[in-house]
Amino acid sequence: MTSSPRLQNRLGADIGGTFTDIVLERGAEIYSTKILTNYGAPEQAILDGMAIVLGQAGIAATDLDIVIHGTTLATNALIERRGARTAFVTTEGFRDVIEMRTEGRFAQYDLNLKLPEPLVPREDRMVVRGRIGAEGQELLALSEADLEEVAEQIAAGGFGAVAIGFLHSYANPAHEERARSIIASRVDLPISISSEVSPQMREFERFNTVCANAYVRPQMATYLTRFQERLKEAGAACPVFLIHSGGGLISVETAAAFPVRLVESGPAGGAIFAADVARRFGLDRVVSYDMGGTTAKICLIEDFAPKTARSFEVARTYRFAKGSGMPISIPVIEMIEIGAGGGSLAWVDAMGRIQTGPESAGSEPGPASYGRGGDKPAITDADLVLGKLDPENFAGGAIKLSAAAAEAAISTHVGAELGLAAEAAAFGIVEVVDENMANAARVHAVENGKNISENVMIAFGGAAPLHAARLCEKLGISQCLIPMGAGVGSAIGFLRAPFGYEAVASKIIRLGAWNAKTVNGLIAGLKAQAEGFVQAGTRAATRCEIVAYMRYVGQGWEIPVALADRDFEQEDVNLLRQAFRENYARFFGRAIDGASGLEIEVVTWSVKVQAIQPLPPSIRLGLSGRARAVLVSRAVFDPVTGGRLHNAVVERGDLQAGDHIVGPAVIVETETATVVTSSFDAVVQEDGSLMLIRKGTVQ
Amino acid sequence: MSDPTFEIRMQVMWNRLVSVVEEQAMTLLRTAFSTSVREAGDLSAGVFDPAGRMLAQAVTGTPGHVNTMAEAVLNFIAEFPRAEMFPGDTYVTNDPWLGTGHLHDITMVSPSFLDDRLVGFFACTAHVVDVGGRGFGADGKSVYEEGIQIPIMKFAERGVVNRDLIRLIRANVREPNQVVGDFYSLAACNDVGHARLVEMMREINLETLDALGEFIFSRTHSATQERIRALPLGRWENELMTDGYDVPVKLVAVVETDGQSVNVDFSGTDQMSRWGINVPIIYTKAYASYALKCVVAPDIPNNWASLAAFTISAPECILNAPRPAPVSLRHVIGHMVPDLVLGALAKAMPGEILAEGAAALWNIHISARPVAGKSGRRAEILMFNSGGMGARPTLDGLSATAFPSGVMTMPIEATEQTGPIVVWRKELRPDSGGEGAFRGGLGQVIEIEALPDHMFDFSAMFDRVNHPAKGRDGGGDGAPGVVALDDGTVLKPKGWQHVPEGRRLILKAPGGGGFGPPEKRCAPAREIDLKRGYVTETGS
Repeated sequence: MTSSPRLQNRLGADIGGTFTDIVLERGAEIYSTKILTNYGAPEQAILDGMAIVLGQAGIAATDLDIVIHGTTLATNALIERRGARTAFVTTEGFRDVIEMRTEGRFAQYDLNLKLPEPLVPREDRMVVRGRIGAEGQELLALSEADLEEVAEQIAAGGFGAVAIGFLHSYANPAHEERARSIIASRVDLPISISSEVSPQMREFERFNTVCANAYVRPQMATYLTRFQERLKEAGAACPVFLIHSGGGLISVETAAAFPVRLVESGPAGGAIFAADVARRFGLDRVVSYDMGGTTAKICLIEDFAPKTARSFEVARTYRFAKGSGMPISIPVIEMIEIGAGGGSLAWVDAMGRIQTGPESAGSEPGPASYGRGGDKPAITDADLVLGKLDPENFAGGAIKLSAAAAEAAISTHVGAELGLAAEAAAFGIVEVVDENMANAARVHAVENGKNISENVMIAFGGAAPLHAARLCEKLGISQCLIPMGAGVGSAIGFLRAPFGYEAVASKIIRLGAWNAKTVNGLIAGLKAQAEGFVQAGTRAATRCEIVAYMRYVGQGWEIPVALADRDFEQEDVNLLRQAFRENYARFFGRAIDGASGLEIEVVTWSVKVQAIQPLPPSIRLGLSGRARAVLVSRAVFDPVTGGRLHNAVVERGDLQAGDHIVGPAVIVETETATVVTSSFDAVVQEDGSLMLIRKGTVQ
Repeated sequence: MSDPTFEIRMQVMWNRLVSVVEEQAMTLLRTAFSTSVREAGDLSAGVFDPAGRMLAQAVTGTPGHVNTMAEAVLNFIAEFPRAEMFPGDTYVTNDPWLGTGHLHDITMVSPSFLDDRLVGFFACTAHVVDVGGRGFGADGKSVYEEGIQIPIMKFAERGVVNRDLIRLIRANVREPNQVVGDFYSLAACNDVGHARLVEMMREINLETLDALGEFIFSRTHSATQERIRALPLGRWENELMTDGYDVPVKLVAVVETDGQSVNVDFSGTDQMSRWGINVPIIYTKAYASYALKCVVAPDIPNNWASLAAFTISAPECILNAPRPAPVSLRHVIGHMVPDLVLGALAKAMPGEILAEGAAALWNIHISARPVAGKSGRRAEILMFNSGGMGARPTLDGLSATAFPSGVMTMPIEATEQTGPIVVWRKELRPDSGGEGAFRGGLGQVIEIEALPDHMFDFSAMFDRVNHPAKGRDGGGDGAPGVVALDDGTVLKPKGWQHVPEGRRLILKAPGGGGFGPPEKRCAPAREIDLKRGYVTETGS
């Protein structure tokens, strides 16, 4: 191992909606546990879980070298609206930006549509005179008298946090910075400004992001402080870091000031986990597929790095419909998340079409087959009816599943409506949810200019191995890896995350007016900012990735173009122009010709600084092995032929590296089962991972 | 069905087809140049069978485009015999009567071939920022003054773009790069749809879309029929006054149901206007069908079969204006059609239909330039803005929200990048929602000034200035709109007008009507209205 011996005992803690996952890595050994999330005292579940894994490893808390934490607490505070009462100070004339949203309706035919309430209600939004123009020029001086008045109001108003968002502050933050210092001199509250939290164009997204940051800030700061104190009391005096939405690590102090960057950090951990697995196996084009109890997440991973984006939407209120949540514009691991998990419920719409999710049975009452009072059919119930799960051996035998209850729920709610027997209805449910996931994956790939079928899938999360092979059939994917530790993938991912920070700024520069000096200065500034964050956490050597987001002048959306990490010369502009045209053609078929004078511009600049990590040990990918004799079999519904086939049933614990299992087969383990459909075989890898390989693609 | 999995497979393919057209629409959004498309989503995309029947449309899109485009594809098929269609072709038009109602909308249709077999068509529409002529406005006396007319023709044949067409367009429009860029963007979006469809068909070994089409249409037809049977039988009439250009315009609709279909007849509606606010019937039909669908079958997917259940009839009038009527602002009167039709349905279904709203978008087209003797930028800038929606039977109206149009607004930060103007205000308009047990949605106030050394002309295309949105069932009317300068000068609600350097244009978009008697509004709702300033003590 090349890692430093001081960092031998590493603890990862992921607070999720249902479970808190704890992973302890000690050299090559991994100890893990799942504890029910404690909403009253989230840190307690971590301490409880920590005690368990420390016990397993036989070490003390004082032996820990680092703790890395990710949490859905910030996401949940936004979804459940449990944040601080926030005062939002904004440009006069623009008090209602976060309430008027896009002025559109995300469901065209629903006359009773409700739009999400703004995070900060109108009475708590205050305006001041002062205006910056689109070029960053001052059109109207900032009124300090207005600010004094607003500061009085805030001081008297019983607020817990302040957000400041002015028009065009991404181009010139002077007014926001001055406003902060005036208000800070009057009130003792955390103040967030939009040019620091999210310096990107488009006021609705930026204002909403700064409000979200302010809104969760007091709560997250308190929690993080308490968490550190409790860890110390328990004997863990080691450094603590947080994983952020972009998949890197940040200090507790940074996280407390910019807690919006913690939103969706758990799923980010899952993507990092998949990226690490991809690197170990040398898989340069991967789609990660993480399916848990309520949602499925799909992410593209190219050259061992997950795709990133500069904005996303949280807290969707209307059947996961695009536009029904709130936009957050920060660097994020780009993934598509849909309401498709093991607990997602199936129903029939007015057209007699089967629909699944986003409503979920959760853990209480759970799917009908759990026998805990649930009577609606969930995906898990359909999987059971099709023979994919063994009712006697689910969750290591801890829960006895009732196939009769599953069949009854499916027949009542789906089969009867469509005149289908339980098995056919169950097939329909699973096909629909698999198709929904496949569609999401295809769209995600297309938005990134990729062909999904050229990827290897890495599947993890409790429900993914049941559906992965079928999903691969639908996507034309030939290989799918089910890694070890899949049940706690996100927490393991935390331990693989690099110290990294992405600094982003909007600054429009036309290639026709390219000035190498200006660009070099701009990039140097972003680099210094990003390095500052990273060096607060590590002394390791760093690597820097620079991306220009470019478009034809007049377009509104940009495509990423990677730039070299070096000072630019004046003539480098031609390289940029050429790189843009090549990328454009890759995304959209053809670059635009015949429009002489059509300019190209860079809109946003991104500099990502990351600590260089020691490479994980590489694993030779085995695509063939020795056939394994199988004694037990079970009838499982086959989606391709539309009937039941005898499937070999194998215990994953009994398998050895190099074993080759011919599909159709089911490979069972305590938390889930891997379904190898008739078009796939499975080969056990050196580290115990399963590689599903489409028949006929490997000799 | 003998094979129970047939049903499931068809459902799955239907989902897949919807995802194909979503990708198509997404490509258009991501590559478009005009803010109207890329920020505001003024577009549509769909896939059709070889007979020109719409199989599926993207959720992204606006009714005025979707439902017109659904008809337009037939016109393309009539123009090009099968022998003249080749893989890689893309056809184009902006003909108001064959396309989507005015010259600013470019419709492109591409045949989709699997091997050598024609398996369907992809179509898309988007509003471009300029088509020459007098510019986007009501002042043309005929369509010839409203810009360049592109008859149905080939934009590309066998993948090769028609360069003469591009040159002609460049020479005729004020923003050639943006417009030509949008042409490419439209073509690219059909190409992406085609590529995805072929992938899908190869993957599941489909030779044609026939079986899938029959499945989609029969399912949609029977579900829609079931809803129509549940409607009361009868005939209900409604009329609505709108501002018109120089004289008010009366719109009349009779909605009739016979248990099998719903017909809307517009007899009694006023004659055509001399100004560019006339509406081709294709656009009237689009919005009448949209209103019916919202009430009758909101959850049933929009396709040929769901649209076929609704029929429209109209004598020659402002809602059925034949060529060569000026039609540039057909959306203003066209957007009133749903309120008109919903008013008739309110008589059929008392207590169930929302009040009238601002209806027509408060779009503004700005032509900015430097004042004489100063240097600066020229630019064409289009902004979409919305007033308040009518109150619903159990909910307040949505404030500053587009209805019936499906577009969004553009971010002010994006708009100010496109030209030398500054928007000083874009904010909710207090006291503009009609009173009621449920309050009408608020309109908004917008203030626009040219940057120093600049001035601008703007094309007004505003309604409900003289005829505010009516409340329903005892609810009060919404506030009327206002068009003025900051020095108090009152301006006209329609037509091109000038705003000199240093003056601000003030727009107050109208509010929606209230629903139910105001005295039935609950006390907590009144308190919130006051606390948030949706309603002020004094009124304004």
